[in-house]
Amino acid sequence: MSVELTGAEITIRCLQEEGVECIFGYPGGAVLFIYDELFKQDKVRHILVRHEQAAVHAADGYSRSSNKIGVALVTSGPGVTNAVTGIATAYMDSIPLVIISGQVPTNAIGLDAFQEVDTVGITRPCVKHNFLVSDINELAVTMKKAFYIASTGRPGPVLVDIPKDVTQQKAVFDYPDKLSMRSYNPVVKGNAKQIKKAADLILSAKRPVVYTGGGVILSDAAKLLTELTKMLNYPCTNTLMGLGGFPATDKQFIGMLGMHGTYEANMAMQYCDVLIAVGARFDDRVIGNPKHFSNENRKIIHIDIDPSSISKRVKVDIPIVGNVPDVLKELIRLLKNVEGGPDQNALREWWNQIDLWRARDCLKYDRASSIIKPQMVVEKLYEVTKGDAFITSDVGQHQMWAAQFYKFDKPRRWINSGGLGTMGFGMPAAMGVQLANPKAKVACVTGEASIQMCIQELSTCKQYKLPLKIVNLNNRYMGMVRQWQEFFHGNRYSESYMDALPDFIKLAESYGHVGMKIEQPEDIESALKEAFKLKDRLVFLDFITDQTENVFPMVPGGKGLSEMILV
Amino acid sequence: MENEAGALSRVAGLFSARGYNIESLSVAPTEDPTLSRMTLVTTGSDEVIEQVTKQLNKLIEVVKVIDLIDGNHIERELMLVKIKAVGADRDEIKRLVDIFRGSIIDVTDRSYTIELTGTSSKLDAFLDNIESSAVLETVRTGASGIGRGDWVLRV
Repeated sequence: MSVELTGAEITIRCLQEEGVECIFGYPGGAVLFIYDELFKQDKVRHILVRHEQAAVHAADGYSRSSNKIGVALVTSGPGVTNAVTGIATAYMDSIPLVIISGQVPTNAIGLDAFQEVDTVGITRPCVKHNFLVSDINELAVTMKKAFYIASTGRPGPVLVDIPKDVTQQKAVFDYPDKLSMRSYNPVVKGNAKQIKKAADLILSAKRPVVYTGGGVILSDAAKLLTELTKMLNYPCTNTLMGLGGFPATDKQFIGMLGMHGTYEANMAMQYCDVLIAVGARFDDRVIGNPKHFSNENRKIIHIDIDPSSISKRVKVDIPIVGNVPDVLKELIRLLKNVEGGPDQNALREWWNQIDLWRARDCLKYDRASSIIKPQMVVEKLYEVTKGDAFITSDVGQHQMWAAQFYKFDKPRRWINSGGLGTMGFGMPAAMGVQLANPKAKVACVTGEASIQMCIQELSTCKQYKLPLKIVNLNNRYMGMVRQWQEFFHGNRYSESYMDALPDFIKLAESYGHVGMKIEQPEDIESALKEAFKLKDRLVFLDFITDQTENVFPMVPGGKGLSEMILV
Repeated sequence: MENEAGALSRVAGLFSARGYNIESLSVAPTEDPTLSRMTLVTTGSDEVIEQVTKQLNKLIEVVKVIDLIDGNHIERELMLVKIKAVGADRDEIKRLVDIFRGSIIDVTDRSYTIELTGTSSKLDAFLDNIESSAVLETVRTGASGIGRGDWVLRV
């Protein structure tokens, strides 16, 4: 007779079986038995956050920077509702997470019990899938399914809701090696005929662009993508989620595209004749007005693992549903065996055109300013870290400047909330990054508005001695809101001014961290150098920046890619 | 789809979240009790229907999606309708029920309850022939559909 374990023991054993080393959570009534089992073992490390939103963001940052599955553990009711922002953030960016939530006992479900919410109902629209485990005998297989679903196909968060009584009941623990689900069979290999057609079209291009998104990062296809692009000598642009998919310092890189993309990337995107879209989804911040985008004739190849991403906003000519690395491998193999290559004369002309667009120098700013320019802080951050740091960000102007001015040569180094645009993401995500990469340099580029949305995590950083560098671009405004109000709302700065800011230096110090205030452009570099020398300390760098600086270029909402506002 | 708690709400939630239209929806377990079959009637451009199909396929509990319009198919809907029936109208309504091949399944001295099966447009046509003030209550199941001929939907 096999030994029976409690549901709480089974839960932890499942995590161990999955090789989970680190989870993020916050205890409460419904998960007390699970926490008791956590206490009795030392294979799975638990990081105690200060708010459940941060638990999920940290698990998210952990996953994005390591390609492991992030795990968060929260209690029922408010534990779950607090976690929802984090779950929705991960869902929009397709990050593989498993969220374990406690639930009131099965006999109390539906009776408005203390700390009861309909967790499966609340999270349904923002998870890849979720489960309520009402039978202890289903617990292990459900956990297996959760990890399998989260990490296969187009990844995403999966939630497992476990009622308290199920964590107390006993069952034989039998963790399945393999799963087969008749209703879930993600496609891997792309259609060979489609790939062949794509190869032919690629070679016929006169004005090609390779446009890549988060799918290249998530599927670890950056090397293959780079190989393909270098082989062809085609220009490459990345989306906000795709930065690092192709080396930013390479001359074939034409910058990020989209609402705040470079002039050359957006113009090339608009006027190319063959567009090779890889792991990207043509979203509204990337192509602007889809009608305007369709005004120009171009053939589009779209490689994506999710069939529903194909022809959703833009009709494509050669759809290839499949795992990006598998498709790229096959494409490279085909292209290598073809005699002759692309039309070199046409390509030369195209590069000449792109260089003319580049000469517009769309990211220029006043480098001689006596007030700190936020762009310069990011440039110096790049120099001081030699481009080798993990950079997380919050949401707003600082996020765009970080994306524009930090040159990401490697994937998984740029970690931000692209889809949902969650302020408060940066610091907790950086905690996860640091825990997944203990020796790495980790900086969170943020603003004084965003950082206050999860500022309580300075306490978590203290507890676990996480030596993050918080680069606060403090312009005393919700900068991106202010920018839109300046451009589109007649300079009426409705509620976008950050009045009554705390003294961030004293605040950081009160948590036992180091605080620095930087007010002069000439001090930027030395402050950053000093901060990174403090290898085992969190340093909060409060940069007092130009209040009126705007992010350029900008494609206003509803406009086309070639209708940028330029500096 | 899998005959599991919550599967129906995932489908309904998908339609409301993405702004798709549900004209009717009917669902019940199949000969395999672990599976449910759902017939859902929706409208939209080809692009929208393509997205609806893809999004439905993405739901973990959905095993297979087919668009019955793509092939020859049969659809039927059941309606129960209670109609005011007094005086000379009683004969007239009875005749109408015969013409539409329905049956009167309950009778009082003031009303008939009628059972009628057919395509949704046939049911509409029946109702169009009854004075609207005489229609006391209608219950419709929504369409159920199946492919014509030997072709079978297997999972």
